[in-house]
Amino acid sequence: MLEQHGKLERNSILLLIFTILAISVGGLIEIVPLFRMETTIEKVDGMRPYTPLELVGKQIYMRENCSSCHSQQIRPLRDEVERYGHYSLAAESMYDHPFLWGSKRTGPDLARVGGKYSDEWHTAHLVNPRDLVPESIMPSYAFMKNKGANLVSLEKLLRAQQIVGVPYTEEMIDNAYKDTVSQARSGSDTTGLNSRYGNKVNARDFDGQKDFVSEMDALIAYLQALGTLANIKDYQLSTETISEYGNVKGDRK
Amino acid sequence: MQSVTIKNSNTLYNDEIVKLFTIAALFWGFVGMLVGLIIALQLAFPELNFEPYLTFGRLRPVHTSGVIFAFGGNVLFATSYFVVQRTCDTRLWNDKLALFTFWGYQLFIVMAALGYVLGVTQNKEYAEPEWYADLWLTFVWVAYLIIFLMTLKNRKEPHIYVANWFFLAFIATVAVLHLVNGVSVPLSITDSHSVPLWGGVPSALIQWWYGHNAVGFFLTAGFLGIMYYFVPKRANRPVYSYRLSILHFWSLIFIYIWAGPHHLHYTALPDWAQTLGMTFSIMLWMPSWGGMINGIMTLSGAWNKLRDDPVLRFMIISLAFYGMSTFEGPLMSIKAVNSLSHYTDWTIGHVHSGALGWVAFISFGAIYYLIPVLWKRKELYSLRLVNIHLWVSTIGIVLYITAMWVSGIMQGLMWRAYDAMGFLEYSFVETVEAMHPYYIIRALGGLLYLIGMVIMLYNCWKTINGCSKSCDMCQCDKEKIYA
Repeated sequence: MLEQHGKLERNSILLLIFTILAISVGGLIEIVPLFRMETTIEKVDGMRPYTPLELVGKQIYMRENCSSCHSQQIRPLRDEVERYGHYSLAAESMYDHPFLWGSKRTGPDLARVGGKYSDEWHTAHLVNPRDLVPESIMPSYAFMKNKGANLVSLEKLLRAQQIVGVPYTEEMIDNAYKDTVSQARSGSDTTGLNSRYGNKVNARDFDGQKDFVSEMDALIAYLQALGTLANIKDYQLSTETISEYGNVKGDRK
Repeated sequence: MQSVTIKNSNTLYNDEIVKLFTIAALFWGFVGMLVGLIIALQLAFPELNFEPYLTFGRLRPVHTSGVIFAFGGNVLFATSYFVVQRTCDTRLWNDKLALFTFWGYQLFIVMAALGYVLGVTQNKEYAEPEWYADLWLTFVWVAYLIIFLMTLKNRKEPHIYVANWFFLAFIATVAVLHLVNGVSVPLSITDSHSVPLWGGVPSALIQWWYGHNAVGFFLTAGFLGIMYYFVPKRANRPVYSYRLSILHFWSLIFIYIWAGPHHLHYTALPDWAQTLGMTFSIMLWMPSWGGMINGIMTLSGAWNKLRDDPVLRFMIISLAFYGMSTFEGPLMSIKAVNSLSHYTDWTIGHVHSGALGWVAFISFGAIYYLIPVLWKRKELYSLRLVNIHLWVSTIGIVLYITAMWVSGIMQGLMWRAYDAMGFLEYSFVETVEAMHPYYIIRALGGLLYLIGMVIMLYNCWKTINGCSKSCDMCQCDKEKIYA
C-alpha cells in the first residue's frame, strides 16, 4: 500500500484529484438528497413569502446580525417547547435565503416571537432594551426609529428572491412599494395586500410614527410575523418525538 | 526520510513574499484579538455597544473573520509559501502573481470587514462577505492554487513532502466549499447586496458543511501542514511516523467533510443526516489524534529540547490543545450532549480552546521560527519574552475556556430546570444574568491573550530591527530540512 502511495507523492495533479474525490463523497451523500423536498419538508398550510415590508425587516435583522445571539429554531425538547412553543418545522424556513436558525442563544429564541409582545413593547425594547428588561445585555437600536426603511430597491430584492425560488408573482413584485406603504400606515386600504399575502397579514403602524415608514416599522413587522405563518394547529403534533427527547431532565411528576 | 541539504542562495527562494504575509499576520492577529476583547466586554457591559456601527452584532464577524481569515489566512499563506519552496527545493512560481495574492487577500479582508461594520453581510456564519468580496476572493484563491501547484511541479525532489499534501488539500477544499456555499444572486451589478441561492434546510446543511470544514480544512488541515514542517525542523528530528501521516491524512480529509450536520442536531434537518454527522464526528477523533501523536512523538529522543526552547514549547502545547479540543468536539457532537451544549457558551469555549490553543499557538511557534530565518538573524531578540508570552497566553486560555465551560453548562442546565410544581424554574433573562461573572472572567482571559500578542509584536519588532543590514550571522548554511 505504501508503494502505491508513492505514486501520489510523485504526482501533484494525481494527489489533487484523489483529494477532491475523498472530500466529495461525504458532501454529495449528505446534501443531494435534501433537494428531494417531499422528504425534507413536511406538509403544512399557511406558509407564504414575506410581505415586502417584512422582507425589508428581515434584511435589517440580517444586517444587524441578530442571529449571532438569537436562534430561530426550537428543538423538540420538552423545556424548549414549553418555553418557546411548538418545535420548528422545516417548512417554516423554506423561504429563508439563507436560513436564520442561528447557533447561539445569548438572547432567547425568536422562531415564534410573533404576536407574543405588543408593537409598543418591541419599539421601546429596541430603543433601549434595559428600559423594559433591566438585566438585558442587548445593544440598543434607537436609530432605527429615525431611519427610513430602504424602499428603493424593493423590486430588485423581490426579483432576486424570485430567481432563487421564493414564489413571488409578477403582481407581487409590481405592487411591492404599494404593499409596503399600505402595511405600515394605519388606515390604509389593504385590499391589495390581503389579496396577495392573505388576510392574516399584520397591517398597522408598528412604531407609532404616522406617515413615516421607518426601519423600526419593517423590523417589527418581520418579528411579529415570525412563527405565525404556518398553521401549526393543523400539523399532526408528533407526541412520540416529544416524549422521546423530552425526558432529558426527567419527567414531570 | 531523506534529508535534503539546501543550497545557500538568497535568490533561490522568494522570501520577500513570506515576509509580507508574516507581517500582515502579526498585524491582523492583533486587530482580530483586540476586537475579540471588545465584543467580550460588550457582553459583560452592554453600555459599550455604540449604535449603529459598533454593536456586538456587527463587530462579531469582524472578530471571527479577523482572527480566522485575516490572522490565520495570512499565517497559512506565509508558511505554505515558505514550506513549499524549501521542501521542493525551488523558487515560488511567479513572483508577480504571488504579490497579487498578497495584496488581493488584504483587499478582501478590508472589503469584508468594512462591509460588516456598514451592515453589508450575507449573514452566513464565517461566510459573511457579500457577493463582490466573495467573487474577488475566488480570483485570489485560484491564483494561490495555481502558484502552489506550479511550484510543486517545478520541484527538484521526487516526492511531495507531507506538509504540502495538507496545504494542497486545504487550498483545494476551501475553494470547493467557498464556491458551493457562496452562490448568490446580486440585486444588481451596482448593489452590494445579494440573495443566496440556497434556502431553508438545504441552506442550513450546506452552510454547516462549509462552516465545519472551514474548521476542518482552513483551521486544521492547513495548520497540520505547518506542524509537519515546523515541528520536525525546530526539534531537528524526522517526523515520527511516515505510515501514520499517510493514514491520518486520508482518513482526516475523508471523514471531516461528513461532520457538518452535528451543528444542526434536533433541528428541522432530517434525522438521518443528523445521525450521519454525529457518527462521522465521533470517528473523526481517531485521525485527529493521529496528527497529534505524529507531531508530539516527533520529539521522541529529544524531549530535553522542550526545556530549553520556548518556541518548540509553543508548538508542543498547541498539539496538546489540538488533542484536547478534538476530543471535546466528538463528545459535543453526541446528540445527548449536544442537547445541553448547543446554543450555549460551551460551544464558544470549545472553539477557543481550538483556536487560541491549537491554531494560534502553532502559528506563534511558526512565526517565531520564521522571523529570524527570514530577516537573517541568529536568533530572536529575546527567548525569555517568548516564554513569558507562552505562559501569559496559556493562563489566558485556561481562564477563557473554564469560564465558558461553567457558564455554558450552567446556562444549559438552567434552561431545562423545572421547579417542584413542574414549571420551568428560570426565565430566560435570569439565565443571562447568571452569565455576568463568567463574561468578565472570559474578557480577562482574552485580555491576557492580547497582552501576549503585544509581547510577541515587540519581540518580533526588536528582532527585525535589532540587527544591521550587514549582519553576517546568517544561518542559512547550516539549515537542514528533514523530509
